[in-house]
Amino acid sequence: MTMKRITQPAELGEWKSHLLRQRPAYDKTIIVSSGTCGQASGSLQIIAALEEELGQRNLRDAVGLKITGCHGFCELEPNIVISPEGIFYKKLTPADIPRIIEETILKNKIIPSFIYEDPKTGRRFTLQKDIPFYQKQLRLLTENNFRIDPTRIEDYILADGYQALAKVLFDMTADEVIAEISASGLRGRGGAGFPTGKKWQICREAPSNPKYIVCNADEGDPGAYMDRSLLEGNPHSIIEGMIIGAYAIGASEGYIYVRTEYPLAVKHVSLALDQARACGLLGKNILGSEFHFDIHIVEGAGAFVSGEETSLMASIEGRRAFPRQRPPFPAQEGLWGKPTNINNVETWANVPLIINRGAAWYSQIGTAGSKGTKIFSLVGKINNTGLVEVPMGIRLREIIYDVGGGIKDGKKFKAVQTGGPSGGCIPAEKLDLPIDYDTLTKAGSIMGSGGMIVMDEDTCMVDVARYFLHFTQEESCGKCVPCRVGTRQMHDILTRITQGQGQEKDLLQLEELAMTVKRASLCGLGQTAPNPVLTTLRYFRQEYEAHIKEKSCPALVCKDLILYYIEPEKCVGCLLCKKGCPVEAISGERKKVHVIDQSLCIKCGACLEICPPKVRAVSKYTGKKREKILRLHAGEKV
Amino acid sequence: MVELDEILQEFPGEQKDLIHILHRVQTKFGYIPAEAVVEISRRLKMSPNEIFGVLTFYKAFSLQPRGEHLVTVCLGTACHVRGGVQIVEEMERKLGIVAGATTPDRKFTLETVNCLGCCAIGPVVVVDGRYHSHVNLKKVASILEEAGGSD
Repeated sequence: MTMKRITQPAELGEWKSHLLRQRPAYDKTIIVSSGTCGQASGSLQIIAALEEELGQRNLRDAVGLKITGCHGFCELEPNIVISPEGIFYKKLTPADIPRIIEETILKNKIIPSFIYEDPKTGRRFTLQKDIPFYQKQLRLLTENNFRIDPTRIEDYILADGYQALAKVLFDMTADEVIAEISASGLRGRGGAGFPTGKKWQICREAPSNPKYIVCNADEGDPGAYMDRSLLEGNPHSIIEGMIIGAYAIGASEGYIYVRTEYPLAVKHVSLALDQARACGLLGKNILGSEFHFDIHIVEGAGAFVSGEETSLMASIEGRRAFPRQRPPFPAQEGLWGKPTNINNVETWANVPLIINRGAAWYSQIGTAGSKGTKIFSLVGKINNTGLVEVPMGIRLREIIYDVGGGIKDGKKFKAVQTGGPSGGCIPAEKLDLPIDYDTLTKAGSIMGSGGMIVMDEDTCMVDVARYFLHFTQEESCGKCVPCRVGTRQMHDILTRITQGQGQEKDLLQLEELAMTVKRASLCGLGQTAPNPVLTTLRYFRQEYEAHIKEKSCPALVCKDLILYYIEPEKCVGCLLCKKGCPVEAISGERKKVHVIDQSLCIKCGACLEICPPKVRAVSKYTGKKREKILRLHAGEKV
Repeated sequence: MVELDEILQEFPGEQKDLIHILHRVQTKFGYIPAEAVVEISRRLKMSPNEIFGVLTFYKAFSLQPRGEHLVTVCLGTACHVRGGVQIVEEMERKLGIVAGATTPDRKFTLETVNCLGCCAIGPVVVVDGRYHSHVNLKKVASILEEAGGSD
């Protein structure tokens, strides 16, 4: 039975039983993680190699091949899981495939070089579920990314998909649905954390009709990509959540606004919408009920401010993504002036889960004020980069050291940046902070969409603040003065400081400007843009002072305050750096010490990267040592 | 412009179609030709001014033809802390243009993007839809060669 139109709820269960009966009884199934990160790392070549090898050996009927979305452990892409055992093989190349088929698939032998080794302890793990990265996670939303081929609605049905929808449409009133969501304690995963049930209630009670619902999939925060992973890996869970929301609110039309930078997400969501429509899960008389609802997909066009809800609605209407004053809130006057409920991707994905397993179960997970799990993207200078789903209330230390495996290359943890350009940097002394909406806000940051960018001793906090202000200043839509001018001024000051031109009064001025922009800006973009500055000033003031008073960048990042130097006693004269220098600033002959001409050097770092690890003759210096070298250098030239 | 007519025919002709249409035109022609704006304005009954206002607001649309190959360097936070800026600078040196520009032979357009959401494998460079992960200064030349040699 292929896709068919379902006209009554019982058929959903029949479809599932039918699919179960039809399911080929494979001895083994190879599951390939193939989200955007997987594909970028070569998963498509792995799939091609698997298809070829299985075909050549006539194993297509005995061995299953499943292409899924992201498995979360992006650092080790391309990776595969072999079921039923759950064997996890990492960082594969197409050349490895014949061996895997020969030894693991046919002879049940584990290949030691492909299994995961914990960089901290050296322990090896054969099974995916035993790997420390996965052990402390609570994967309620992301676990299905192991099971579901996102291009097949059948896989979602097999995972009890659309059962929550059937329950809602036939056994629950709209008020009961809202009460259930309210009781679960679910709060908006887009960042601000507004209670979802309350939001739905307000929209439901708004007198005007028609009503709209929107899925905000404009995941613009740099460093956050959990929504992409859900959209790519399990699009039907979001669609099911939206249909349930539409029923509760009384909406007949919905929009998914996806950023254009996510082509695979757009593809999978569009396909899923077509399938849902063909199966009678969208459109008129859903599952044979009296409820009609359909969803359109709108592709963003590369403007960060579109993630702000009033801007997003302007963009759907075909206008510039300009925010507007609230109130009226979208729940009162949204799309085309009609009541509109906007939730983020992850929020929608939580909805079927809550309906299926009940608010009482859901609300046991998390802290008093923040329920359920949160997906974070753990990136930056950390060993296990990837997407992690953890219960609210978990300590930052557990995420970074237990799940994340600690800092890369044995360096020292310096800060973690949460909440994107709207968030802040949290220092080492806050590592024992239990993570939820309220504790993060207290620490000066925000939950935001869930990006966690880990920074080590080699990250300059002034540069990070400058980076974010550069971002917000470029993305400021220009409608209101505090944001347009204020972010510009703050960025100029920060740039001056990183160039060694800072003055002592700058810090005071930065703080004043930050408070003004925070209080007076029209929308969330401006209101939160100063957070990266305020938190770095609060926790890393001494770094600002070093830049200003000593003209030194302790993390050796700010170009104008550092220099590259070849240590004469270490240099072996191999000519590599000389050849690699793009501006021919390095002189020297074979077997003789090389010297960088500081007046020509553009500080690109090519020499440092190219110098063999055994030699390590290139160093970076700042402050007094830098000045000394510069003086020497000038003297030599005279 | 027959191709443009074909695109316009697919839409009912309301303002909410504007961004969809601009995406289609951008994909079809590689940029938004000024003549297309006039056609779209007729179809949607909006002034060309308004359409220019919208299309110049969004980064995805360009009024200038792009080069044969589009090189996009990610400058998201994770790529930034792993040296994304150095990658852009190396690209600029190798191509002899600044980010946002197109080489005089129209072979390459160099752009930066705020985040591609592949933060675990940064720095990331995308050339004509093909993703390159863990890019370092050494890889830049081969990435450009591969793109340039593919035609």
